[in-house]
Amino acid sequence: MREISVFDVIGPNMIGPSSSHTAGALRIALLAHRLMEAPVKRVRFILYGSFARTYHGHGTDRALLGGMMGFSPEDRRIRSSFQLADEAGIRYSFECNTTEQDVHPNTVKITAEDKYGKVTEVVGESIGGGNARLRQINGINVDIAGELQTVVVQQLDTPGVIAHITQCLYEEGINIAYLNVYRENRYEHAYSVIEADGDLPDSLVEKLKNIPAVLQVNLIKL
Amino acid sequence: MNNFTNGAELLALCRETGLPISEVMLQREEKYFEGTREEIRNRMAHSWEIMKESVEEGQMEGNRSMGGLIGGEGHKISERRRSTEPLVGKTVSKAMAYAMGVLEVNASMGLIVAAPTAGSSGVIPGVFCAVQEEFGFSDEKMVSALFTAGAIGYLITRNATVAGAEGGCQAEIGAASAMASGAVCELFGASPEEVLSAASSVLGTMLGLVCDPIGGLVEAPCQKRNATGASNALVCAEMTLAGVRNLIPFDEMVEVMYKVGRSLPYELRETALGGIAASRTACELCGKNCLKNDGGINL
Repeated sequence: MREISVFDVIGPNMIGPSSSHTAGALRIALLAHRLMEAPVKRVRFILYGSFARTYHGHGTDRALLGGMMGFSPEDRRIRSSFQLADEAGIRYSFECNTTEQDVHPNTVKITAEDKYGKVTEVVGESIGGGNARLRQINGINVDIAGELQTVVVQQLDTPGVIAHITQCLYEEGINIAYLNVYRENRYEHAYSVIEADGDLPDSLVEKLKNIPAVLQVNLIKL
Repeated sequence: MNNFTNGAELLALCRETGLPISEVMLQREEKYFEGTREEIRNRMAHSWEIMKESVEEGQMEGNRSMGGLIGGEGHKISERRRSTEPLVGKTVSKAMAYAMGVLEVNASMGLIVAAPTAGSSGVIPGVFCAVQEEFGFSDEKMVSALFTAGAIGYLITRNATVAGAEGGCQAEIGAASAMASGAVCELFGASPEEVLSAASSVLGTMLGLVCDPIGGLVEAPCQKRNATGASNALVCAEMTLAGVRNLIPFDEMVEVMYKVGRSLPYELRETALGGIAASRTACELCGKNCLKNDGGINL
C-alpha cells in the first residue's frame, strides 16, 4: 500500500465543487488530451451513472471540456470552459446514459477528433479523491492512472515490439516501474503502457517510433 | 524518525524526540516522499496561500453556486459582524463566515484546497484565517499548524475514513473540524497529548452526523455544517486549552467514529436519498434547480 502523504489530506488543490465529479472528471479528459497528437476540434462526451444524474450542478461538463483543452485541476479557467472552447472553435456535446447499469458510477466516454480528423476514444472512471483511471482506449481495455510518468505505445501485435520498447528505455536509462500490454485480437492493434520512475525525455517518442510496428507514442505526464 | 500509524505511536515519537506534532509530521513526509524539507514546506505554504485566497474570494457578494442553492451567506455574516457585536464573539463569527464563504467558492467552481475533502474545504481555512487575524500568528506558524492538521487527517484517513460516502458527514466535516481544532491547540502551545485530545473531543461531539446533500450537490446543508464544524473546532480547542480533557483517547474515538459511520444506512451516506435531501422541500428545490438538465442532449 502506498503511504498517505500530508498532501493527500491537505489537498488536492482543485477547482470545486467535487473531487470526484469535477477534479476526477477533468483528469479523465486530461488523460485523453495527452493521448492526442494534435489539439481537439470536436468532442463528444457520454456520461454514465452519477455523472449523468448530477453533472450540471457539479460542473462536470465544464471540467471535462477544460481537461480536453489541457487545463490542470487547479486552473481557474475551468469555470469559463464553454466560452474558451467556443473561442477556440472546438465543437462539443454532452449526452447522458442513465440506462446502462454495468459501469462504475462515475464513468465518461470521450470521443475526440483532432484537426486532421484523427479520432481518439477513451472510457474513464473517476475513482475518488480527484483520482481517475482510463479503462479503454479505442475499444481496447486498459488500466492507466497517469500518476507516474507514463508512456503509451500504440503498436501492431507482432513479435519484437516489446523488445524494441524495453531496449529504447534501457538506452535512455529509464527504470520501468510497471509494464502492461493490452490487445483485443491477435495480430491487430495493441497498447503497451509503461510507467517509469523519474522523468521521460521527449526524445524517447521519436526513438520508439523508429520501427514500423510502432504506430503512435504518447507521454502522459500529469 | 519512524513512521507512525496511530495516535499512540505519534505521541510516543513526540515524547522521544521532544518535538511537536507538526515537526514529526514534516519529518515523516521528508522520509517517505519526494522533496527536501524546504520544498515540502514551500508546497504547504502554497496550499496556505490558496486557502487565504479562497477565504477572501468567499467574502464577495456575488458568488452564486452551480446548483443555485447557496451564495452570499459568508458575506452576510461578516456584514453583521461589522455593524454590531456578534453574538458568538469575533473569532467564531469570522471562522463561520469564512468557512461558509469558501464553500461558496467551491460550489461556484473556484479554487480551493480539499482539506480533507472539497465538501469540508471551508473548515480549516475558516478557523485558520480567523485565528490568525484575531491573534496575530505569522504565516510560518500557520503553515506549521497545517502539518499538525495533516497529521490528524492522515490518522483518520488511515484508520477510518474521511469520505462522506463511507462514514457520513461526521467523517468528512468531523475530520476537518478535528484537524482544525488540534492545529489551533498546537498554535496556542498545547502539548501533543492535548492536541489529540482536542481532536478526540471534536469527533465525539460530531458523532453520528449524516451526509444528506440536497440534490447530491456540495451546497446545502454542507455549507452550514462547515460553519458549525469550524465553530466546533474552536469550542473544543477552548475546552482543551482550559484543561478539559476528552475521556476517550483519540485512537479509540477514531474507531468509534468509523464503526458509527459504517452502521449508517446507505441513504444517509452521500447518496442524496435520505435525511434533508429526501425532505419534500429539498425534492422541490431539486426539480427547480439542480437537476434541470438531467438527461437528454445538451449542446
